[in-house]
Amino acid sequence: MAKSNSTILSVRNLQTHFYGDGSVVKAVDGVSFELKKGETLGIVGESGSGKSVTNLSILRLIPYPPGKIVGGEVLFDNKDLLKIPENEIRRIRGKRIAMIFQDPMTSLNPFMNIGSQLMEITQLHEGLSSKEARKKAIEMLELVGISDASKRINDYPHQFSGGMRQRVMIAMALSCKPELLIADEPTTALDVTIQAQILELIKSLKEKIGTSVILITHDLGIVAAMTDHIAVMYAGKIVEYAPTEELFDSPHHPYTKGLLKSVPDPLIDQEKLFQIPGLPPDLSNLPKGCPFSPRCSNVIAKCQEVPPIQQINDQHYSVCWLEN
Amino acid sequence: MSTDKTLLEVNNLQVHFHLSGGGLIDRLMGSKPITVKAVDGVSFTVNKGETLGLVGESGCGKSTTGRAILQLIKPTSGEVLFQGTDLTKLSNSAMRPFRRHLQMIFQNPYASLNPRMTIGDIISEPLTVFKNLASQQLDKQVQELMQRVGLNPQFIKRYPHEFSGGQRQRIGIARALALNPDFIVADEPIAALDVSIQAQVMNLLQDLQKDLSLTYLFISHDLRAVRYMSNRIAVMYLGKLVEVADANEIYQKPLHPYTQALISAVPVPDPKVEKKRQRIVLQGDVPSPLNPPSGCHFHTRCPQVMDKCKTDKPKFVNIGKNHSVACFLVDK
Repeated sequence: MAKSNSTILSVRNLQTHFYGDGSVVKAVDGVSFELKKGETLGIVGESGSGKSVTNLSILRLIPYPPGKIVGGEVLFDNKDLLKIPENEIRRIRGKRIAMIFQDPMTSLNPFMNIGSQLMEITQLHEGLSSKEARKKAIEMLELVGISDASKRINDYPHQFSGGMRQRVMIAMALSCKPELLIADEPTTALDVTIQAQILELIKSLKEKIGTSVILITHDLGIVAAMTDHIAVMYAGKIVEYAPTEELFDSPHHPYTKGLLKSVPDPLIDQEKLFQIPGLPPDLSNLPKGCPFSPRCSNVIAKCQEVPPIQQINDQHYSVCWLEN
Repeated sequence: MSTDKTLLEVNNLQVHFHLSGGGLIDRLMGSKPITVKAVDGVSFTVNKGETLGLVGESGCGKSTTGRAILQLIKPTSGEVLFQGTDLTKLSNSAMRPFRRHLQMIFQNPYASLNPRMTIGDIISEPLTVFKNLASQQLDKQVQELMQRVGLNPQFIKRYPHEFSGGQRQRIGIARALALNPDFIVADEPIAALDVSIQAQVMNLLQDLQKDLSLTYLFISHDLRAVRYMSNRIAVMYLGKLVEVADANEIYQKPLHPYTQALISAVPVPDPKVEKKRQRIVLQGDVPSPLNPPSGCHFHTRCPQVMDKCKTDKPKFVNIGKNHSVACFLVDK
């Protein structure tokens, strides 16, 4: 586990809402966490949990309308990213905080060759000349394992496979050696053997460059391998937060426990799979109190009131009425 | 290889897609015809009441195999014997009565339901085609089916868009069950669903299998799900079968280097295990099925490749205990 030192990112009570047709969806409803330099935080959740919207909010990439960041702070380098002027945050995006998206096909510009897309970044953020930027682009492609880089730099995204496009995205994201990398489901769209390659790549580059990482995924296997801490999200809130090993060893929140039990273990013979009953939450129609209560097997009367943050130890908390 | 227990026997199935180059102008210009051998000589049997898992990554031909079995795609050659009858030799009208015995559950719960039909109409459609039931009886059967798959029968007049992904998948399952089939091809039935809903649907499929004596071909790229659902597992790579064995055996003693890499690539939800283990990471991308490598298709990525592998094609041999592999490391 990385030695804890300075905090690089501090998110406090972030709230992002979406408006439409007279209803409000509280996609992110009071999310707080901290990330220390050099560490990897995993954010785990299913559809509607708010994990992607949380990360888009950090970089103010929420389209308005219909979305709006309505409250909270995102402190990076002593500045609140939610309050700084647009030109300042533009200098941070891509340079100091970079993002990799889930679907590499739709996040690369199909009309530009990948060389131009890579060069754009260093020319803009580091003022490199086009000759220098091209040289840097080739280096980055080689770094992420694309062979024949000096030839392939002229190719277009559609000429690459999914795994290679994801490598190109990683090359783009790391070009300026960002302090923070946000990876939103970076391997969901990829085959499992390619996924293994990409995860190994992110791990090794992280060690080489010293980037801190926020890794968003629904796959508990991936967070087990790649993260130092995990935040479990449900219906727009963090319901449990703990160091990785501790979350797997001693989960507290019934949702976390349910999720861990729902994943079939390929190494053993199982009779019946544990299932969390019911449906994922409807954010426009949440129950009173705890949003997980309709599906919780340990629900009690008190769950109709908003549950408190229970500090289990100084690194582990759970948002639940049940005693430890 | 077939016994009385065999429900389905697939022999040397080939599905080739001719892409271009066959027309007059192409031939005059000297262009070679391009053929994608999506399924290139696949043979296996499925026994009554069992689940055969078919695993592989994108482009390996597993979905095409499933569709070819059901004659949704006409195979280029080979046999598909269902209870002794070769389905590939049947005309469309002769195949019709067989369709009530072989059904499919599709991957995309958003695309496989007609958005303009109520779910009552969707589930009853197979019944309307094959049986002549009065509308009251039809409704009753549909509601029974809905209950069986865990849907509230009162929703019979609702439309697909009013349901979640997991619920839509249940509708697809109800539709597949309508005619009391013997054999169901489940083509990536849980890929589009959240983890907690995947568990629900897998449990449902298992319960239905027990209650209704169903036989499944469970196609998926998710090795964890396949392990849970299957009695035996078949692994495909670029149109060919590389290994078939009992589920336990494949996970504990995978013999083909591709199977080993596939299993190794699956992330294990246990940080202590993940920290200690050495993953096999394959180099390079999956080759294009338009231009598969010579010899053994896997040789370009195989960590244990030998010279022979680049020129010769390994045969699929039975090495005992229900375990077959196509690899020169095993069959010298």
